Amino acid sequence: MRDKRMSIDDVVGELRSGMTIGIGGWGSRRKPMALVRAIFRSDLTDLTVVSYGGPDLGLLCAAGKVRKAYYGFVSLDSPPFYDPWFAKARTSGAILAREMDEGMLKCGLEAAGARLPFLPIRAGLGSDVPNFWAGELKTVESPYPGPDGALETLIAMPALTLDAALVHMNLGDPHGNAAYIGVDPYFDDLFCMAADRRYLTVERVVETAELVKSVPLQALLLNRLMVDGVVESANGAHFTLAGDSYGRDEAFQKHYVESAKTPEAWQRFVDTYLAGSEQDYQAAVRRFAQGAS
Amino acid sequence: MSDTQTITRAEVCAVACADIFRGAGEVMVSPMTPMSLLGARLAKLTTEPDLLMSDGEALLQAECPPLGGTAPIEGWMPLRKIFDVLAAGRRHVVMGANQIDRFGNQNISAFGPLQQPTRQMFGVRGAPGNTINHATSYWVARHTTRVFVDRVDIVAGVGYDHTDPANPAFRFLDVHRVVTNLGVFDFAGPEHTMRARSLHPGVTAEEVAQNTSFEVAGLAEAGTTRTPTADELRLLREVLDPTTSRNSEVPS
Repeated sequence: MRDKRMSIDDVVGELRSGMTIGIGGWGSRRKPMALVRAIFRSDLTDLTVVSYGGPDLGLLCAAGKVRKAYYGFVSLDSPPFYDPWFAKARTSGAILAREMDEGMLKCGLEAAGARLPFLPIRAGLGSDVPNFWAGELKTVESPYPGPDGALETLIAMPALTLDAALVHMNLGDPHGNAAYIGVDPYFDDLFCMAADRRYLTVERVVETAELVKSVPLQALLLNRLMVDGVVESANGAHFTLAGDSYGRDEAFQKHYVESAKTPEAWQRFVDTYLAGSEQDYQAAVRRFAQGAS
Repeated sequence: MSDTQTITRAEVCAVACADIFRGAGEVMVSPMTPMSLLGARLAKLTTEPDLLMSDGEALLQAECPPLGGTAPIEGWMPLRKIFDVLAAGRRHVVMGANQIDRFGNQNISAFGPLQQPTRQMFGVRGAPGNTINHATSYWVARHTTRVFVDRVDIVAGVGYDHTDPANPAFRFLDVHRVVTNLGVFDFAGPEHTMRARSLHPGVTAEEVAQNTSFEVAGLAEAGTTRTPTADELRLLREVLDPTTSRNSEVPS
């Protein structure tokens, strides 16, 4: 079986400006942050991002990488909740927003994974979501009469087809089998099914036999059909939480938010954490934790 | 027995939030704010034992823990399964709101124009799907004209004037209650406009009118919100919220 292990920079090397990229996880939970940091450092630009947004979208907005965003929400999941860089990109009109109901995002990924042009969904009707989409979002009338004989008109959620998906899991093998360890798979399998190229970071790469005896069958969310590249990236979801591997680094997330407040503070944050390699980042984060404790 | 002479506004609010779920039966409740969480747990421990409640992440709790506490679990409810429950309609959510208008439209997304807001909040989150699929209520800790506006900037939660009577896809819309620090409201006014059901003890109709941008139906006739029973007070004070965190949302 193919060995799909690669480096973070290899992954970024396979991405192109203008791509539509889906980012797994949820809010500030199990985000593929090491890959996001690598895109932050790269020359990539003009990206369309599909995400249950958190600091992933925030960091990419901070670097001016995002042209268009498809999202159900953007949240840091803990105070002050609103991501400062996403907020700046929005209030300055820097990105085109395709805001939608959270369930519509799942629906759009499922349509893409099943190679369907759309799936009907009730969510979105009557709200301002269609206005966010400026004609990109249409309705579909049921060919079957409803309970009172009338035909239901529903949102025709278009397939959210992705050029690439980036996800982070707790444990994987070199071939792309991978598991989440914790209470929630989020939607990482749907992101992978919806994408042409699928890149996975994991806390730890182990042999297949060890993977399958380490977790219950139901936790084996990804199989080889769903993954093109595997990167071992310990603490790779930092500063978001990662199931049973670690919780959110709340102090560092607050530091991220505070640093967004002035150009000087942000430059210091970039110089300290984002200018070097992932190893440099992890070392600087360890120093931050020692200073904070 | 708890002292019923010293009932606080926060305790009245907690009971009003519990009463949101009266008759809900065996449905999943999703209280998104501390006060509505307190109300949901109070309801489960009194009149609505069959409610399903998650820990706010992915676990269904078999028992009601105190605020900030943990409890034994009875099941699994990861995020993707919540969308299944929601589509099936067996859920009652209590969301917060940055803005609510007289027809029950709600905004948690942003202020200002859609593509270049003046202030960014969460985005619409699950509000469009919640409101179009199942019972939805709102908790507002500070009832002001800034929240209760003539027109919301962005419709996240759907109100009654945004429905299409000819389209049966809207048939599950049910904006059930709005509970605030001043009173309890629903949308049974003329043409589904916001109506006062009751004002909390000590709150005047004038105070509500001054803090609402639009005319509230039934304001002059609204009675007084019921006060907690001795048993409810005991549950609130001794079991669910012994550290009185409820007072940080609604000062007494």
